Amino acid sequence: MSFDVNEYYSNLNGGEVVMAFKGDISSELISNVLEVVEARMDEYSESSKIRKKVYNVLVESLQNLYHHIEELPEGMHEEYGLKFGILLVSRIDNRYKISTGNFINHGKIDVLRNKIDKINSMSRDELKDMYKFILNHQRLSDKGGGGLGLVDIARKTGNNMEYTFEKYDDTYYFFNLDVYIDFIK
Amino acid sequence: MEALSFEGTAKTPSVKFNGQEGIIEIKGRSIPENSIEFYKPLVEWLEEYSSTPMDLTQVNVQLEYFNTSSSKCILDVFKKLEAIHKGKSEVIINWYYEEDDEDMLEAGEDYESIIRVPFKMIEIVE
Repeated sequence: MSFDVNEYYSNLNGGEVVMAFKGDISSELISNVLEVVEARMDEYSESSKIRKKVYNVLVESLQNLYHHIEELPEGMHEEYGLKFGILLVSRIDNRYKISTGNFINHGKIDVLRNKIDKINSMSRDELKDMYKFILNHQRLSDKGGGGLGLVDIARKTGNNMEYTFEKYDDTYYFFNLDVYIDFIK
Repeated sequence: MEALSFEGTAKTPSVKFNGQEGIIEIKGRSIPENSIEFYKPLVEWLEEYSSTPMDLTQVNVQLEYFNTSSSKCILDVFKKLEAIHKGKSEVIINWYYEEDDEDMLEAGEDYESIIRVPFKMIEIVE
């Protein structure tokens, strides 16, 4: 049986849900999500340190989706819209978890997997050097993406990123990325 | 030359560039999806200012958040300032960060290691 997005979404759980969304990832949506999550963190009275890290990582996660999301073919518009993504922010034990998911063309999987594996294998200092190198040598894309999002997330969280690619059909896979922010660092 | 001034928004910082006083300020949040458009007039203003800069240009950067799209544009702003500093006039970049915001301090240090302009790291204590 092929991958079922709705089933997958409803199974994303564990911990307390701070914010959940599935649908079109637009600039307005990103603004709304940030506002809601900021207000929720106020309710939890999180320390400014945690608040800042969660906010920063959330911005990069959402904007990664925004910049890299695949425009889906017509056959999938009706069900998913044009730029479909999912987001789940939750509080589990002593950490925040930010999960994002989007369809990805199978041809792009290897590059992405290699990039995440490489970032996961790097030390703090190596990540710093990589960040500075990309910052100084790579131009922004027309859409404003800089190729720095994942490196920045890894630096700010200090944790490995977890991911899966689930087969949807012959062309598309569903990419899920989980990042964690610990309460005490 | 005319001053450049923008109010801040939820995703873009407030900007005050004053050529007569040689004071340049960027404050707030810089998290637009595409920062190129926002930073273009800032870089152009500095390009013009660099032909007749003040003896001392003081730059105050006080960001609460900035995203990676902005980080490159901020570097472009700093490269313009570096070019001014290479000439006869002096430039100082004051990089503000909130108490215990190590990520923001580290971001300032990243720029300091790339840009040849004196940086002053200033901790804001509440």
